[in-house]
Amino acid sequence: MAQSRKSDAVRNCRGVGCPMNLVYTKVELAKLESGQVLEVILDDGPPINNVPGSLEREKHIILGKEQLADGAWSILVKKA
Amino acid sequence: MMDFTEEQLERYSRHILLEEVGVEGQEKLLSAKVLIVGAGGLGAPVSLYLAAAGVGTIGIVDNDVVDLSNLQRQVVHFHKDINVAKVESAKEKMLAINPDLVVKTYKKYLCADNIREIIKDYDFVVEGTDNFPAKFLINDACVMEGIPFSHGGILRFDGQAMTVVPGESSCYRCTFRNPPPPDAVPTCSQAGVLGAIAGMLGTIQATEALKYIIGVGDLLTDTLLSFDAKKMHFRKVKLQRQDDCPICGKNPTITELVDAEQAVCSI
Ligand SMILES: [Zn+2]
Repeated sequence: MAQSRKSDAVRNCRGVGCPMNLVYTKVELAKLESGQVLEVILDDGPPINNVPGSLEREKHIILGKEQLADGAWSILVKKA
Repeated sequence: MMDFTEEQLERYSRHILLEEVGVEGQEKLLSAKVLIVGAGGLGAPVSLYLAAAGVGTIGIVDNDVVDLSNLQRQVVHFHKDINVAKVESAKEKMLAINPDLVVKTYKKYLCADNIREIIKDYDFVVEGTDNFPAKFLINDACVMEGIPFSHGGILRFDGQAMTVVPGESSCYRCTFRNPPPPDAVPTCSQAGVLGAIAGMLGTIQATEALKYIIGVGDLLTDTLLSFDAKKMHFRKVKLQRQDDCPICGKNPTITELVDAEQAVCSI
């Protein structure tokens, strides 16, 4: 786990472009209860630029974002 | 949660991406059962879009075979299907779009004796018939069984649609009361119809079915939507449930289904 904060599930979307990365993220979120936290690994570029905003539009909360050693991003999403 | 396959996630990705549909909405579609009455001008786009949307079980009722004169507007049937049962032709196309589905065919006319048995297992009915006795029969049977349905009709350049949720909204009979006399209105395609308006109206009906299943937005309940495609003029008329409606009113006088006199279309 990249970020110190605990997550309830992880979805690695390395190498997954838009919009399927958002589809996979939504599927993982659907398995969680409201308030639980999902860690998603997203590629740099369009994925990290687009997916967090789309999740926020659906009222989920982005708790944190950090870039990993390989350039991908880890985001923590709290389910609405 | 349902286990989606990779292929399903990709197939339905444009639904799942919609906030109002999402994973949950797509699950509802996959477990839904919709009956399409009439595999003609309206049933054609309805069957294609419901199959594409992943409505898990689709029933389709029609007693006719495909005729050359149908192909001008009934886009689910192809030239090669002439003389094939319409329900079989429609089933083939639905499964060609989406092999995930269960398609049940009923090659018969709906009548007072069989309609309740056929519709009772479905969550929603799409009525796309070409005659008034059938429209009233479907209304009455759906009210009795408590099954929501979409009414649709087209003629020349005009179309109309309304959605009925029995017990909640006005029914077809609240507004139209009785079938017109058989010779009063051209009911069949005898009067002519611009092919593309079947697509305009059928896709409105398909949208209503999907909205009902997903539980999103406002249905065309207590509302008659009509359009005149010549002027591309759309309007909505508010309707009200009638206490004296013979089927959904306070003291219903129709307590059993009877077949109305069939409006026969002479060729
Ligand atoms: Zn009524």
